[in-house]
Amino acid sequence: MEILVCIKQVPGSNKVEVDPVTGVLKRNGADSKMNPYDLYALECGLKLKEQYGGRVSVITMGPPQAQAIIKEAYAMGADAGAIVSDRAFGGADVLATAHTLAQGIKKFGKFDIILCGLQTTDGDTAQVGPEVSEQLDIPCVCNVKEIKGVEGDNILVDMEMAQDIEHLKVSFPCLITVQKDIVQPRLPSYLKKKDTEDREIVMYTLKDMEDQNKNNYGLNGSATQVQRIFPPTSDKVQVTWDDPADVLAEKIYSTIKSRKLLG
Amino acid sequence: MGKLIVHQDKVTDINAMISICPFNALEEKDGKLEVNAGCKLCKLCVKKGQPGAMEYVEEEVKTVDKSLWNGITVYVDHVNGEIHPVTFELLGKAGELAKKINHPVYAIFIGSGIEKKAEELLHYGVDKVFVVDAPELKEFQMESYTAAFEAFVNEIKPSAILVGATPVGRQLAPRVASRFNTGLTADCTILDIHENTDLVQIRPAFGGNIMAEILTPNSRPQLATVRYKIMDAPERSAEAKGEIVKISVPAEKLKTRTQVLGITQKQKEKSIENADILVVAGRGLKKKEDLDLVRELADALGGDIACTRPLAEAGWLDAKHQIGLSGRTVRPRLIITCGVSGAIQFVAGMNNSDNIFAINTDPNASIFKVANYAVIGDIYEVIPKLIEQVKQGKGVKA
Ligand SMILES: Cc1cc2nc3c(=O)[nH]c(=O)nc-3n(C[C@H](O)[C@H](O)[C@H](O)COP(=O)(O)OP(=O)(O)OC[C@H]3O[C@@H](n4cnc5c(N)ncnc54)[C@H](O)[C@@H]3O)c2cc1C
Ligand SMILES: Nc1ncnc2c1ncn2[C@@H]1O[C@H](COP(=O)(O)O)[C@@H](O)[C@H]1O
Repeated sequence: MEILVCIKQVPGSNKVEVDPVTGVLKRNGADSKMNPYDLYALECGLKLKEQYGGRVSVITMGPPQAQAIIKEAYAMGADAGAIVSDRAFGGADVLATAHTLAQGIKKFGKFDIILCGLQTTDGDTAQVGPEVSEQLDIPCVCNVKEIKGVEGDNILVDMEMAQDIEHLKVSFPCLITVQKDIVQPRLPSYLKKKDTEDREIVMYTLKDMEDQNKNNYGLNGSATQVQRIFPPTSDKVQVTWDDPADVLAEKIYSTIKSRKLLG
Repeated sequence: MGKLIVHQDKVTDINAMISICPFNALEEKDGKLEVNAGCKLCKLCVKKGQPGAMEYVEEEVKTVDKSLWNGITVYVDHVNGEIHPVTFELLGKAGELAKKINHPVYAIFIGSGIEKKAEELLHYGVDKVFVVDAPELKEFQMESYTAAFEAFVNEIKPSAILVGATPVGRQLAPRVASRFNTGLTADCTILDIHENTDLVQIRPAFGGNIMAEILTPNSRPQLATVRYKIMDAPERSAEAKGEIVKISVPAEKLKTRTQVLGITQKQKEKSIENADILVVAGRGLKKKEDLDLVRELADALGGDIACTRPLAEAGWLDAKHQIGLSGRTVRPRLIITCGVSGAIQFVAGMNNSDNIFAINTDPNASIFKVANYAVIGDIYEVIPKLIEQVKQGKGVKA
């Protein structure tokens, strides 16, 4: 079974501030790490391999330094890895990211199961997975809370919905996004890390892609455009009420009602 | 759309340039300043960098004839025809937006045996409800629902589509957006519209630390998802207006490569970690029986009860209900602490809650430092009155 896991490098911390006067992003030298949600996807891939055999590959799109997370995946047990990186890919929104990843995946190999994390901590859209599935024209199930097993060329999964669990049988090749906590991710192993130090990381740039049209990548290929970024108008209120009890009750009630906080 | 060009001769201080970029997208290579793949073209380096060092050049853009795309559409989120309330909220918003640009309001309803249920939507200011009703659409499957959605978009050509950020909406919307090679903005908190029909989509980015305003200027339809309880639902009008229009999709198109083996109702396991609303009891309570008061408030609000450690230790409530360092971490939309002093070990487990009300008799209680609403008062006086208010508001006689 050929398993692929899509992983992304994200900033180590989300703490960015915008200078309210200049509108400039204040960066506090944040380091990078693997998107925590992707660790669950990777663990699911490794478990499937242990149970049914096959290979686990990982792919990431990002700047060259994102190779660090492929090495991390190797230290957890991934067999092969690819990075999709080109200056032309910069500034990609979900659409362009999914297109680029799908192009890279086609180049990288044929896969039975593609696993994605539920969402990223920086993009935070939970959309890249389903958009990749569309670009590859394969079935997709999101919000998977349990992988029941593999039956022939199908995978059995439980999808979490608002009130129900839908039990689905999905035929290969397919894409699945898994929930946080679906499994406990293993820690990278020191031995594996040593062993895989020199393992190849495949690099794909624009010239490797089947679609050579530059306008489908990066900012040009993005359908959405960020017009501006600004600090949130803080709706963080801090008020003190010191009144008779009935006035207090009335104030609390009207506030929770107008802020739509009632159940 | 465009690209950045580095004029090396104008770069006087490479490191100063590098430090301007919030995305680490500027780097030094062989003594030269280069732009790497991390670039988001925010153009800060053009504005704030050394004069002339960075230049932004426009590139040709693909365009779309926006006048061919008409109507603000809402995806009707439902389970077996039970319409999710986020749908009505979105209809309210769609109505506001449509009015500004003089467009109609549409709803797209996909499912099986739902035609009758569509009538309810006519009470919420919609001009047309498009219904795709087929047995194949009984359960949600991404491929068949996307095919139905596709048929609607091809036939009607809506300008914008609003989708509730529910488990279904969050996976259906991206598949549809990708099929039409168009933009989708997730979890918008504010929506507006320009005269040229460009949807102004504002959403938190970087974990809510900053807000981003996003447009989909060169493609249609424009898609956005919005969470439940962000927009205001309009009043239901007594009179039904608008019409129901059927769209038929050939069964062939509704084929999927997934198969639904069954459906299980989720057990409603209650845990304070996923509670939306929490009322917390602290040592301000004099005796165990008084917990009933706190519980009654939680019930009236539709929330759950939680407590501080001393109460859990005394066995008043199970440890599952304890918030804090040695208890659970919670992040409800609403939390009301009652007689809680606000020790750091407690606060660590709840300070990310969205709206914190604290009721305490002591004006110097440290809980007031984290509270959004510091209520100086006696729980034994305030809570019963509050319960009364909530019940009255719900139309229940107190
Ligand atoms: C290692 C360690 C871990 C801990 N972990 C936790 C933890 O996980 N969770 C936790 O909760 N605690 C924890 N604690 C305990 C914590 O330090 C506090 O002791 C505890 O949170 C206090 O609980 P309280 O606010 O209910 O009580 P108190 O501190 O006694 O506060 C009671 C408050 O009620 C007010 N009050 C009294 N009467 C009224 C009235 N009629 N109306 C309104 N207000 C009234 C008082 O002004 C006072 O502020 C931990 C402590 C340690 C050392
Ligand atoms: N640049 C990327 N490279 C590889 N995988 C990605 C990338 N961006 C997103 N993904 C995958 O898509 C999932 C959802 O991401 P997002 O839509 O950004 O929340 C992630 O958990 C990853 O599995």
